[in-house]
Amino acid sequence: MTLLHVQNMTHYFGGLRAVYNYNLSIEPGEIRGLIGPNGAGKSTIFNLLTGVHTPTEGEATLNGVSLIGKSPHEIAAMGIGRTFQNLRLWRHMSVLEHINMASYAHITYGLVGAFFGTALRQKQEAEIEEKSYHLLQLVGADKFADQNVTNLPYGILRRIEMARALATNPKILFLDEPTAGMNPEELKEMMAIIRHVHSELGVAIFLIEHRMKFVMELCDRVQTLVFGEVIAEGTPDEIQNNPLVIEAYLGKDLDT
Amino acid sequence: MAVKTDSFTAPTKRRLATFWQPYTRVAMLSWLTGALVAAILEQLVGRPLAFMLGLGKVPVLFGLVIILKAPLLIPGVIVYVLLIYILPIGLIARLTTKLGNKLAAELLRYPMLVSTVVHLVLLYATLQIWGNINDYRNLVLRLTLISVLITLSLNVINGYMGEFSCSHPGFLALGAYGASAVTVSLFVNDNLFGPAVFTGNWGWIIFPFSLILGGIIAAIGSLVVAIPSFRTRGDYLAIISLAFTFIIKSFIENLEFVGGPRGLSSQPDWANLPTVFIWVVVGVWVINNFVRSTMGKALNAVRDDEIAADAMTVNTRRTKMVAFMFSAFWAGVGGGLFAHVLRYVNPSTFGIQKLAEVLAMVYFGGLNSVYGSIVGAVGFNLLSEALRPLEIFKWIIIPVLLILIMIFRPTGLVAFKEFDVHQIIAPKE
Repeated sequence: MTLLHVQNMTHYFGGLRAVYNYNLSIEPGEIRGLIGPNGAGKSTIFNLLTGVHTPTEGEATLNGVSLIGKSPHEIAAMGIGRTFQNLRLWRHMSVLEHINMASYAHITYGLVGAFFGTALRQKQEAEIEEKSYHLLQLVGADKFADQNVTNLPYGILRRIEMARALATNPKILFLDEPTAGMNPEELKEMMAIIRHVHSELGVAIFLIEHRMKFVMELCDRVQTLVFGEVIAEGTPDEIQNNPLVIEAYLGKDLDT
Repeated sequence: MAVKTDSFTAPTKRRLATFWQPYTRVAMLSWLTGALVAAILEQLVGRPLAFMLGLGKVPVLFGLVIILKAPLLIPGVIVYVLLIYILPIGLIARLTTKLGNKLAAELLRYPMLVSTVVHLVLLYATLQIWGNINDYRNLVLRLTLISVLITLSLNVINGYMGEFSCSHPGFLALGAYGASAVTVSLFVNDNLFGPAVFTGNWGWIIFPFSLILGGIIAAIGSLVVAIPSFRTRGDYLAIISLAFTFIIKSFIENLEFVGGPRGLSSQPDWANLPTVFIWVVVGVWVINNFVRSTMGKALNAVRDDEIAADAMTVNTRRTKMVAFMFSAFWAGVGGGLFAHVLRYVNPSTFGIQKLAEVLAMVYFGGLNSVYGSIVGAVGFNLLSEALRPLEIFKWIIIPVLLILIMIFRPTGLVAFKEFDVHQIIAPKE
């Protein structure tokens, strides 16, 4: 059964058509790429599917349940975890607190537990912490657990953001340019981590990326978005040799 | 230049550090015992000693009030403070370091509650004996304790959640009037509410209920600010909350059955030191519990990045609503206690002046920190009493101090520090 299914999704920002007639279906465990020049509407698609914006038209379902009109925290609790293009971390919180926070939807001790520190709360907080440690280990950032995020290098912050997204127990993980601003060394590490996470947890991954090499190596299938419309979809090899894609990135050849 | 000052301060700093070093190993238990002994000592020999030093009477707040009133007495005050407070506390801290640590470790073998209660009893005994010296000191002590609660409750919104809320005087007013209306109408022969309904000694049960009722009224009132906070932030919400304060003030001014602008008086004298102490301890405990849970940390997440919080399953609306109602509840309880300490409230108490006071305490002490609220409330109250002789200039000096703090420590003196009870009561070696 299809995990994430999007049908004819269109979105306008006022008079600007940001996304037009967008279709997508991702199977469980698949790694899907979304590429396109700057301003093509890639992040908008993420924002539409995670509830930050509501699409003007169209339908989107996760495991058959509609995502349209739900608020971001509901969608996140349903199983879409995401990272952000420009890191969105909480600057006064420690790394461990970041990961703990993403378990918010799984807390059942309620306000009574929060106010009076009941036994149930101690138990749940301990469980959450253990899970957080595990996820930090998975992305190789566990030794920074007690540090404040403002003191850490960029590559580590990207990993922390990923661990945080994983703590929401996602069925599908949205990664918005996970390697932006990274050097080749960090890039390689990131690729290994994504592979590791994918094989360990078996989550589907939907990622926006600019670096072709990265997309080509990781993704099962790739979509190319230009001016809000998908112009090509297929395996990385097909995309790489598609004349429409080459044109979108490099422009038309004058001879032809 | 920098090198020069460094070479000047470094040895002094080192000497201070070596002097202070043994005191870092003193458990809280020893400190509290020291404070208790100092309070008893003052009770016993304070008056004759003050007389000998030419002070006339016991300096009420560590001599802070005398400093500006009669500068010639400053040497006497210093000697007094040294002999009554600093030397006994320091001596006992040093002498009982080993014993205190051992006892603290022993106490922690039982559930933490036992050790916490022992510490609180010691603290309470100290305050009670210290506050026995005269009515003025007792009054300042109670008002300071209430300030701690009010400051901490405001810190929940302004510090932990990072909204600039100006609605606290409104919450205080709702709590003060809510609680007073119950107690005055039921227990006092009052010309507004008529004769007392109960004549028996029911205060111990009715008073907590009236305070909670005041808190609940304030919490419901806070929805007026909480609901707009879903969509507006920052300056706009500050203006909404400021409007709320004015609305409450004029609302009560026009409410004849609680006395209108003349105010409401003759509250029963129930807010004595033990009552205030228990309420403040419970309030601080609950608030500290809340802000240290993952649910409470959601306030920080909403403050630092709301979009990220939302994407990480945090229900931001619920978080905001809980924060406002929770904060307002404790402000209401604080307001109710305040009304019963002064035994008179009128609407103009809860205006801009009050707002400036509570904001000053929060930002002076430190955002996002229980320590900060305690430091802020105690520091501000002591300062405010100490500067009383300056009359109107007090309100020039305090703002100037605030400006300096905002420049040099923009988040306050002790900001972003977790208040861990276990760490406080644990042995230090």
